[in-house]
Amino acid sequence: MKKILVLGSGALKIGEAGEFDYSGSQALKALKEEGIETVLINPNIATIQTSKDLASKIYFLPVTPYFVEKVIQKEKIDGIFLSFGGQTALNCGLALEKSGIFKKYGVKVLGTPVKSIQITEDREIFAKELASVDVKVPKGGFAKTVEQALKIGEKLGYPLLIRSGFSLGGLGSGVCENKEELTKMAGNALKHTSQIAVEEYLRHWKEIEYEIVRDKMGNKITVCNMENFDPLGIHTGESIVVAPSQTLNNFQYHMLRRLSLKVIEHLGIVGECNIQFALDPKTNDYRVIEVNARLSRSSALASKATGYPLAYIAAKIGLGYNLPELKNSVTHSTSAFFEPALDYLVVKIPRWDLQKFVGAKESIGSEMKSVGEVMAIGRSFPEALQKAVRMLDTGQDGLLGNHIDDTKLLPTAERLFAIAQSFNKGENVENIYKQTGIDPWFLHQLKQIVNFEKGMKSLKEIPKAKKLGFSDKVIAKTLGKSEDEIRKFRKSHGIVPKVKHIDTLAAEYPAKTNYLYLTYHGEESEVRDSLFVNSSTKNEVRKAIVLGSGPYRIGSSVEFDWCSVTAAQALRKKGLETIIINCNPETVSTDYDIADKLYFEELTFERVSDIYDLEGGSLVLSFGGQVPNNLAMQAFKAGYKILGTSPESIDRAEDRNKFSNILDKLKIEQPKWQSVKAIDEALKFAKLIGYPVLVRPSYVLSGSAMNVAYSQGELKKYLEQAAAVSSEHPVVLSKFVEGAKEIEIDGVGSRGELLIYAISEHVENAGVHSGDATIVLPPQRLFLETVRKIKTATKRIVKELNITGPFNIQFLAKNNQIMVIELNLRASRSFPFVSKVTGYNFVEMATRVMLGEEITGDFKTIDLDYVAVKAPQFSFNRIKGADPRLRVEMSSTGEVACFGDDLHEAYLKSLMSTGFKMPKKSVFLSIGGQKNKLDMLLTAKKLINLGLKIYATENTHKFLKESGIKNQRVYKISEEKHPSLLDLLRDGEIDLAINISEGSATEKGETDGFIIRRNCIDLGIPLITNLQSAELLISALTSKKMDDLQIKSWDEYVAGNVR
Amino acid sequence: MQGKLILSDGTVFLGESFGAEESSSGEVVFNTGMVGYPEGLTDPSYFGQILVLTYPLQGNYGVPSKEFWESKKIQVKGLIVQNYINNPSHFESQKTLSSWLKAEGIPAIQGIDTRALTSKLREHGVMLGKIVIRHSSFAKSTNNEERKADFDPNLGNVLPFVSCDGVEVYGDGRKNILLIDCGAKMNIIRSLVRRGAKVTRVPWDFDVMDPDFRQDHGFDGVFISNGPGDPKQARATIANVEKILEKGIPTFGICLGSQILALAAGGNTYKLKFGHRGQNQPVQDIKTKRAIITSQNHGFAVDMKSMGQDWEEWFVNLNDGTNEGIKHKTKPFMAVQFHPEANPGPFDGGVLFDEYLKL
Repeated sequence: MKKILVLGSGALKIGEAGEFDYSGSQALKALKEEGIETVLINPNIATIQTSKDLASKIYFLPVTPYFVEKVIQKEKIDGIFLSFGGQTALNCGLALEKSGIFKKYGVKVLGTPVKSIQITEDREIFAKELASVDVKVPKGGFAKTVEQALKIGEKLGYPLLIRSGFSLGGLGSGVCENKEELTKMAGNALKHTSQIAVEEYLRHWKEIEYEIVRDKMGNKITVCNMENFDPLGIHTGESIVVAPSQTLNNFQYHMLRRLSLKVIEHLGIVGECNIQFALDPKTNDYRVIEVNARLSRSSALASKATGYPLAYIAAKIGLGYNLPELKNSVTHSTSAFFEPALDYLVVKIPRWDLQKFVGAKESIGSEMKSVGEVMAIGRSFPEALQKAVRMLDTGQDGLLGNHIDDTKLLPTAERLFAIAQSFNKGENVENIYKQTGIDPWFLHQLKQIVNFEKGMKSLKEIPKAKKLGFSDKVIAKTLGKSEDEIRKFRKSHGIVPKVKHIDTLAAEYPAKTNYLYLTYHGEESEVRDSLFVNSSTKNEVRKAIVLGSGPYRIGSSVEFDWCSVTAAQALRKKGLETIIINCNPETVSTDYDIADKLYFEELTFERVSDIYDLEGGSLVLSFGGQVPNNLAMQAFKAGYKILGTSPESIDRAEDRNKFSNILDKLKIEQPKWQSVKAIDEALKFAKLIGYPVLVRPSYVLSGSAMNVAYSQGELKKYLEQAAAVSSEHPVVLSKFVEGAKEIEIDGVGSRGELLIYAISEHVENAGVHSGDATIVLPPQRLFLETVRKIKTATKRIVKELNITGPFNIQFLAKNNQIMVIELNLRASRSFPFVSKVTGYNFVEMATRVMLGEEITGDFKTIDLDYVAVKAPQFSFNRIKGADPRLRVEMSSTGEVACFGDDLHEAYLKSLMSTGFKMPKKSVFLSIGGQKNKLDMLLTAKKLINLGLKIYATENTHKFLKESGIKNQRVYKISEEKHPSLLDLLRDGEIDLAINISEGSATEKGETDGFIIRRNCIDLGIPLITNLQSAELLISALTSKKMDDLQIKSWDEYVAGNVR
Repeated sequence: MQGKLILSDGTVFLGESFGAEESSSGEVVFNTGMVGYPEGLTDPSYFGQILVLTYPLQGNYGVPSKEFWESKKIQVKGLIVQNYINNPSHFESQKTLSSWLKAEGIPAIQGIDTRALTSKLREHGVMLGKIVIRHSSFAKSTNNEERKADFDPNLGNVLPFVSCDGVEVYGDGRKNILLIDCGAKMNIIRSLVRRGAKVTRVPWDFDVMDPDFRQDHGFDGVFISNGPGDPKQARATIANVEKILEKGIPTFGICLGSQILALAAGGNTYKLKFGHRGQNQPVQDIKTKRAIITSQNHGFAVDMKSMGQDWEEWFVNLNDGTNEGIKHKTKPFMAVQFHPEANPGPFDGGVLFDEYLKL
């Protein structure tokens, strides 16, 4: 094998997220060690795997059979790995195998044979195979039609479960209570897949997973088992998970282990896989639910939970190594053929952002909705659980006092807190078990936490409270003291957490790595002398602590992991002892070999302060997004050393009043704004500046979102219903500028001088959140004058705040006038994008100047010979009932970026990378508002020229017809006539829907619009809701054919730019 | 109630008692398995030892009825854990771990930094130790008097304390396997009976070559069981095994049984620094290169270099290269250092019972 192709997973989406950056990066590392040339296809520009040092060549292209074949052909690939890029890579690989591409080009599939994968991906064959070796699977059958499903349902009885093959995060599965529900759900699922499984519903059975590794010789191990806190029926990605299992005895643990080994031996897995079991809590009866013949979210979690580098080992096995030939990566002395023994436990909690979606249901179930997760390590369940709750960064400090309704024990994102509240009110374990099916073991533990919190009376109880995982904040609140008082008391009494290693062998052999956590269940910190030398120079900048970004969520994900990892690598290169703190198991930053030390810990001030007390050095807060940035002032006040821009400057940028004054002083324009404390005040101010206005509530629990009000009525309604304006929670109103372009500048300041910058423009006009916008670099449609003004304003701001380090400014531009709407004195979401597109590593440069290095030079970031486009990835199909219309609040879950010789080429590639399928037959148009309609005219003509048929609803139809554009009228759903739009969508008649709604659409119009949009999502029909995107797409389609999209590696674009 | 663990090097660990209110002493050893405390505590190989479990939560699934135990009682001299769980949840649970320990008179301490303790045992090697339980709190210091443990299981022959009193027969299979009980785990018997064998269990020093016995209990093969202590103390057993080997009867040793077989064959054994106790020990078949994960619980090992020309190494530990199994080159004698019977631990080695019974 000389040249190996690795497929990535593309953009982060619900069900397929950062874990595949971890697995792909580890695989590439393993291949690099062997001196093998690697080619990576992954359009996710924010990942670590697409950084310079891992793969030999990177293609920012869609992971689809078309593009992968082109790359295979061009690069003369010898072997391919399909198992490190999630379901996306696996499905792509299966399609290529089916069409004979691998055979045609002589490409060997490495790792698990395709035949084995096919078995695990087809539920019917899978069930047969397992039955042939006497392994039980759920009773039931397979249906290709709704009728068949109903027939099986009749035999099994209700309730039952439906599941679909080729699933990604359990899409299209759920519990059906009766015939009607089965009809509906089977119907929906069968639209996405050709076959579904209809199965017995194993109510309240436990769900247990094993991660297994097997080599080609047949040596096999289970690296980790995990138990779901929630019973079967809640997707494992939606469930709280503990590792190792807590309620299984020796027999059950090893019975399931033995079955796992039996199954993978039969399937012939070579590498890593995951197996899920259901276990009857009242007997030892079991079922095998599924096998994932690839690295998965669970395997990333298992890797972090145990310290066993699953993806790395899987890659080595794929190359032909056998397990006994490989070494344990933690001890460096013992064998990789072993099963980790944990002397701690981990708790994973998913992070949901359902409030970011308009209309999303709060219930959770067998489909995945969460967007991220945290993992906490502790030596008691309460300790780990309470850590995890804080790691989520959703405002909860503990289980109680979260104003959460305790009447809803139904599975929701907040069930954990509802249970705690029930215990608080005196409910017993048995009743909650009956309602939830959560094993009484877990419930007893929760009850213990609640009872302790209720009964806590004196400072003497702090040691016990700490062992149960309570934060200083909660203790302070309960005892009527301040957090600071508690911390001082604690430290003066020596009540501090102790450092422990994760070493894979429960201290049986010494660890050579520094994978660490803190616990109050310990007497001694494991401090190795070699690491704590120069304690006298503790405060010198020879040691740096980089704070990561915590759980992935909407608005903060893998891009900040790239920033943190890149910063840590830059610090290490400069010879600093580098420490990372992070708590997200889906990340590369939590690989224990990225920094000299990894603390898998909370990013709360309390925990950062515990670590700082132990380690000293300097804190690096600028690369993990807003989470570490928010700690700046507190850390500064505590006297901690912080690298980069002064926290006082950060405060001046973050405080709206202070920042506004600065802009006034610098004579830089900003939209008019005011902080209001009452509705009257709001209405008065809105009248003064004129509608529309942007409403930004201050942060409250279960956060109400930003919105744009187009009229007094809307503003009033919004303030009454959603924002709950009060003197305690003021709301910021600002002028919403319509028709403005949005421009971002990402840059690095060095002692008040602008060192490097990149200017990018949004395709969509202002009004679409910058995280949901399509971003173009270098800008293609900006006036030179505008660019010059932006640069001048930026320089002034950099000087005024004496910026040393990364920053990002967002501007509005209209008629050559610019306004500043936001400044972030930290690395922004677009740092990986601008770094990889321009070829200059902004994060590395920022890190170096933060260390005091002088960097000079001219950096070519505007006049590039190519264009790159960053496009958002949405996961609306996962969030039932959510309106997919783009708004001021962010709702995308990930992003991709592709290069091209021009805007059109780059745009089409990026769009395809997000799963967008190009229209071939007909396009549906529904354009609200006269101005929008006029703007769309040219585009509509282009559609006709492309040979596409146009369908339109009443008004749009009339308008187009009058303008001489041929189109066919369809009926809105509310018109209750046929053929309705719904009919056409369902029949697959329409392969692109463009639905542009006016800002202040009437309620009825909106209802129709919503139904159209939602149906497009549910039926998998490409949908565009923004006028500028629609225009760009159609222009691009007009100018480019598939053949025009070039297969060029990152190097081929960028190498020439950086001297 | 407070608990104090004093190691022979003077280290003191303080915690909270959750077992019997009695003091005790023995050799302090650690086991890294994450499940299996009922099986572990009743494993006679732990006789005379204070057991430290490295998994921090113990008691999670309570205690099942006797039929699931590995012997009739708790064999350890004491139990040390990080956190004891008093609200177990399992359909087979009959009582809590604490009430079981109390009923059997075994002291136990929780709230101990078991990781620090384990690291100490790893660095220093296993040590003798003492558990003291009392109402009032302890000082975190100790004196020479306290440091002196009363009991060292390696100094004498402990097999009489763990072996059966007389001959016992299990199952009614065609093949009769003689089990020399040096403190046998019940699952060795279950494993053989389940595979269709009849098992005749005899005490550790029973003269199996006695013609009368052989006439009444004609056996097809011999198993030498696991058990506690220094194998060299089991002189009577070694002498008996020598006689068995002379007759060429198929013989299989497990753990202590492997060490006894080695000694009977003229080889030597030695004490490991801290032994292997856990469910994740990797061993590799020297010939086939196939590796399996095994359950282990031993402090002594066979010195392969001491074995005669007729013997070959069968299995080796992939972590530290110690011997994990021996095999006679021509005769049906073999032994493994690990526990193919599992309980607790993985079943991967169970296939060895099948292979043996085919002999």
